Amino acid sequence: MRGIIATGTHLPHRRLDRAAVAAFFGKGGGTGTRTVASYDEDTTTMGAEAARAAVASTPDVDVAALWFATASPAYLEKTNASAIHATLRLDASVPAFDFGGAHRSGTGAMRTALVAGPTTLVVASDARDGLATSADESHGGDGAAALLIGDDTAGPVIAEFIGGASVTDEFLERWRIPGGERSRTWEERFGEVAYAPLMSQAWTAALADAGLAIEDIDGLVVAGTHRRAVIRNLRSLGIDPDRIGDDLSSTVGNTGAAHPLLVLAAAVESAVPDQTIAVMALADGVDVLLFRTTEAIASYTPARSVASQLASGAPVEYATFLSWRGMVAVEPPNRPLPNRPSAAAAHRRDDWKFGFVGSRDRGSGMVHLPPARVSEKGGAVDDMDDMPMADARGTVASFTVDRLVYSPSPPVVFAVVDFDGGGRVPLEVTDVDADEVEVGMRVEPTFRRLFTADEIHNYFWKVRPLRGADR
Amino acid sequence: MGSHGIKDQVAIIGVGCVPFTEHWEKSLDDLIIDGAQATYASAGIGQDDVDAFWFGTSQSAASGLAMGGPLKIHGKPISRVENYCATGSEAMRQAAYAVASGAYDVVMALGAEKVKDGGYQGLNAFPIPTDGTQRTLTAAAMFAMILPAYAEKYDLDVDEIRYAVAKIAEKNHHNGARNPLAQFRRETSAEQICQMAAVAGRLSVFDCAGVADGAAGVIMCRAEDAHRYCDNPLYIKALSFVAGTGAGSLDPDYDYTTLSECKWSADDAYAQAGVTDPRNEIAVAEVHDCFTPTELVLMEDLGFSDPGEAWRDVLNGDFDLDGRLPVNTDGGLKSFGHPVGASGLRMLYEIWLQLRGQAPADRTMADNGRSLGLTHNLGGYPGEMVSFVGIYGTELG
Repeated sequence: MRGIIATGTHLPHRRLDRAAVAAFFGKGGGTGTRTVASYDEDTTTMGAEAARAAVASTPDVDVAALWFATASPAYLEKTNASAIHATLRLDASVPAFDFGGAHRSGTGAMRTALVAGPTTLVVASDARDGLATSADESHGGDGAAALLIGDDTAGPVIAEFIGGASVTDEFLERWRIPGGERSRTWEERFGEVAYAPLMSQAWTAALADAGLAIEDIDGLVVAGTHRRAVIRNLRSLGIDPDRIGDDLSSTVGNTGAAHPLLVLAAAVESAVPDQTIAVMALADGVDVLLFRTTEAIASYTPARSVASQLASGAPVEYATFLSWRGMVAVEPPNRPLPNRPSAAAAHRRDDWKFGFVGSRDRGSGMVHLPPARVSEKGGAVDDMDDMPMADARGTVASFTVDRLVYSPSPPVVFAVVDFDGGGRVPLEVTDVDADEVEVGMRVEPTFRRLFTADEIHNYFWKVRPLRGADR
Repeated sequence: MGSHGIKDQVAIIGVGCVPFTEHWEKSLDDLIIDGAQATYASAGIGQDDVDAFWFGTSQSAASGLAMGGPLKIHGKPISRVENYCATGSEAMRQAAYAVASGAYDVVMALGAEKVKDGGYQGLNAFPIPTDGTQRTLTAAAMFAMILPAYAEKYDLDVDEIRYAVAKIAEKNHHNGARNPLAQFRRETSAEQICQMAAVAGRLSVFDCAGVADGAAGVIMCRAEDAHRYCDNPLYIKALSFVAGTGAGSLDPDYDYTTLSECKWSADDAYAQAGVTDPRNEIAVAEVHDCFTPTELVLMEDLGFSDPGEAWRDVLNGDFDLDGRLPVNTDGGLKSFGHPVGASGLRMLYEIWLQLRGQAPADRTMADNGRSLGLTHNLGGYPGEMVSFVGIYGTELG
């Protein structure tokens, strides 16, 4: 049996009320919300957070391959999956590959892993942009999903892959040239008409592949950036509308390459044993994948569920959203821009910079962040063990709000964090309002992009508040 | 083994200081030349009478060439010294030890910093290639962490502490308004400061030292030779320096209400000088008021106040010109601004004036019958700093 062993997702903390667009411009927007990646998030950091959540959901399963898909890569030419690989502290022998460029690459990576191969963590992440007032701006969303896919010999499969179908067609419905500031689309009716037969064809073929009838499908979730094609053409598939699952369009928006994995993860996380779930993705063709949940899902608890992330989150002002996306340039503090990090220095400290691994003195037990060779207590030399801190939780011992220092989004909130089980380090607090922070606040590490200098993204860890029951 | 100090071995025979301000018309070379000339004039000697030089600058220049070139010092040793914001004091410390060792007869330490050519507000660190994980907070934000921590530890209202540190700024600006060398010469009330917008934590711009260009220097010789140059020299009683390990950012036991390195250097300096009751032996102190909370906790770390009591002593006026132990009688970093390499020697210049009765009448401290002056100069942040404490006296023994 091969299928999904674990799910992990990341929905950014910030949510834009679509009504804010029309309130500002007199047009555009809509109803509901979309997720907004913070100024310190990109597809790599969101992917890393989703990947961490998937691994945390099944900590005993070894990841044998890491695949990363996005249409908005942080880097071209350089592999982005390797940064996620480093945050997960995977062994060097585990390959990390990017599937890049097209929205369909997320579905493609997932399908390829499902058919055969090693235990593969498929991570898809996207950040969706458009010009102000555009449909892409309002209906796009930011987020990431990770699916740990493998045989039941590697770990309990919660949703078995039971078949599917893909149809491919070459037509120009949505496109963007490399470096282009926005996506272009052909007139809406063209895509709607072009997708209709592809949806029917893929749907019919997938059911046949799995030997199922329409009535056997307990739930269908659909992902496609062409809203009208999804809504109009879905009716003709013949499935009971009550069995069509939430595509997260009213809360998250469409997360591009990540969306098929995201809606599938949400459907699986809320399923019970022995349900048949279909996911359909529209992107330059149509892919349908079919799953049947197993008994194992009854005892499966995702480390960060889609539902819990939908229930949390906080609003972001439209002006802030526009500045984060570079649509509006805001006067920065009159301080020097940060310097680019040194590739050589960073490489020596990959485990700290990406893995958030400190050291613990074998004699005194004192945790050193960053890792040290000489102990602060007792002075022992080279007598330390690795001390992974990425999953540790901590408490704010003191904090400060810096309105002077350079930041992509001032002010900077900084806290001295004391971790449960030992270790102190001053870190930036993110996903927080400056007036929310207080001594004693509970926090957890999160992988972020501190800044970009000289076209080098400087990744490191911040902390974010633990909210609600997580505290 | 031990820290023995060089009590009474070295004499200060001249101290010079240029006005600290935004010297748009002066280069680093100009500051070095003007600072050196003021120092030579104070000692009544010429450049050729000096045997060796120590040049303190944090990031305006590198190497002894930066001093030797503009001053045309031929065939003499010049060491460039850097130790964060305590650079000026460190240059003096090294020079004093060279005299005490017997290596040279007459030495000069000069600190100079050209900050205002940088194009940005505040001080900015020289970029060193790193892995990109170091925090990039301003010093203001780091020192702002003292206020909530202090209030929490001593169960005080943070608004009360915030007012107490504003009183420190009020005091220092009162003194600075009476100092022709100071950059900011206008008095400001604590009430006005409390109403200003916060820039870092609870701190406003007026809780922060300004930025200035400046230079200051000192000339020293063996104590027994002092009267060949000077009728009323000062004698070095103690020079202490402590560099931390950054433990405060590492050790959860550190609580941001004390500056450990400062306390250690003060204790060492008092031991070197034989001071057992600093409150009643130190006549006047110049301390590193880079931010108002710094001076607050320094009063405790230097032993001028009991732990948790400095805020009360500040409100009581204990450290005012006419208080029980005047602190920053020249206006401090608050009034002068902070040309990094020069500040420690600017502090010494004020001690030189006050102990020798040369301060102007309107900022002459009340005579408390004591003859020791103290300078305290730090660099870095709470939990990770370097600290210097020097003690000087008018009498031998």
